[in-house]
Amino acid sequence: MSTATLEGRPGVPFSRTLRAELRKMVDTRSGRWMIVVMAAAAALILAGFVIWGPAEDASFRGLVGLATLPLAMLLPIIGVMAATAEWSQRTGLVTFVLEPRRGRVVLAKALAALALAVVVLAAAVAAAALANVVGGTGEWDVSAAIAGGTVLALLVYVLQGVAFGLLFLNTPVAIVSVLVLPTVWSIATTAISSLEDVGRWLNLDTVTGPLFEGRMAGEDWARLVTSAAVWVLLPLAIGTYRVLHREVK
Amino acid sequence: MITIENLTKRYGGFTAVDDISFEVRPGSVVGFLGPNGAGKSTAMRMMTGLTPPTSGGATLLGQTYRELHNPGRQVGVMLDASAQHPGRTGREVLRVAAVSIGVSRARVEEVLALVGLSDEEAGRRVRNYSLGMRQRLGIAAALLGEPQVLILDEPANGLDPQGIHWMRGLLRRFADGGGTVLLSSHLLHEVQIVADDLVMIGRGRIVAMGSKDELLARGGTTVRSTDDVRLASLLEQADVPVTRAGSGLVVDAEPGVVGRIAADERVVLLELRSGGSEGLEEMFLGLTAATSREGDAA
Repeated sequence: MSTATLEGRPGVPFSRTLRAELRKMVDTRSGRWMIVVMAAAAALILAGFVIWGPAEDASFRGLVGLATLPLAMLLPIIGVMAATAEWSQRTGLVTFVLEPRRGRVVLAKALAALALAVVVLAAAVAAAALANVVGGTGEWDVSAAIAGGTVLALLVYVLQGVAFGLLFLNTPVAIVSVLVLPTVWSIATTAISSLEDVGRWLNLDTVTGPLFEGRMAGEDWARLVTSAAVWVLLPLAIGTYRVLHREVK
Repeated sequence: MITIENLTKRYGGFTAVDDISFEVRPGSVVGFLGPNGAGKSTAMRMMTGLTPPTSGGATLLGQTYRELHNPGRQVGVMLDASAQHPGRTGREVLRVAAVSIGVSRARVEEVLALVGLSDEEAGRRVRNYSLGMRQRLGIAAALLGEPQVLILDEPANGLDPQGIHWMRGLLRRFADGGGTVLLSSHLLHEVQIVADDLVMIGRGRIVAMGSKDELLARGGTTVRSTDDVRLASLLEQADVPVTRAGSGLVVDAEPGVVGRIAADERVVLLELRSGGSEGLEEMFLGLTAATSREGDAA
């Protein structure tokens, strides 16, 4: 056994941290089931629509919209679970000992959640394409703007999940918050007239509407950035600060 | 090498770790001993960068934990064997760590064999592990990167006597190969068997520290004879302080002094040994009583 210390920069290379975090997201039953449930939800909705839905709406665009509908709700949970796992199962005692620079672990988790979301989204789009061929109109009417907008919107939701997970560091609280708080806010802004103006700028569901539809214009981008700053970047910043400074027990 | 200097942690008005300093040299095993809640785990979390110290600090191999390159290759850490995702298999826990540390899958199988987890056990989910198996898995994870330093919090907890025997051999070999070991325990006899040096803490402060032999010698000499009453009076006549223990006497002198007096006066000795753990045990129990809840209730 040598007695010299290993030379090199502190911590471990980021690529290894990222690989480890990706692996941790799919190597447990709960992680794998999340993905199965999301894929199954998309597939069921598609199958139901193809069989019973109005045939003229079953274009590729309509089917992609349907398949991504459950994903908008379920994908953020991937983000939440990535962010909270170290604290709910106390595995942080191992993770943050192997990579003491916690900011890099947070970054790896966010990227891993985004990557997994892209895989799930790709599967949903493939299922929509299949449904289109088998029982749809056969029209391929998804423009680049719609495709890009859908990907961007869903990734914003996933990042929101990560942000809420980091903010609460508690899986059930974070999942409920990420699903309920935006809805409550959305209802409040429509019910209370004085909040209507604020709602147009600070309601993530409203501002991502044009994104999904592929018709972002002028002020839409400003609204998207404003909403994302409040609903994603702010909790992400506070949550990351918490993780960096919290005692790992 | 572990160097701890004036390490202190305060939570509000409560001082969990109070200005502790000690060193663990390569080739030695140091037992970090204290009752529950004495500050052992907090101190170990500060050494490994998980808890920021209020003041003071610790270095491992000359660097603070956060400065270490690939810490898993230099310092093996196990702070809580139960802190594992219950849904992962033992082998998967090690494989994830192996990715981060940058060691091969073959090394995972090596450490599994080293800690005596069978192929079938390694394939089981941690949820279904006994505490003893979790301890073995935790030790396997600590050894994965072939580190030079081991920091283990209560590693013998939950191990059966055979398991404790195994761990003693493992840590001894690790230290004999030039490794540095710090292990904590709230059980004196557990640590006494394997440690070269002892650091005893209570209420966050070091209350005793030194080589095991030196600390044990402080316990005086334990002696038992066919006639303890006569032996006690003979020792008292010779101005040797003596106290009665459960079965026999504890004498504040070298065993040689006691043996000579017994031989001169033809007292038949049944037992004569240096120290024994009684002194240390008593001190430890005193410490436990003074700091534990039971002590408060009594």
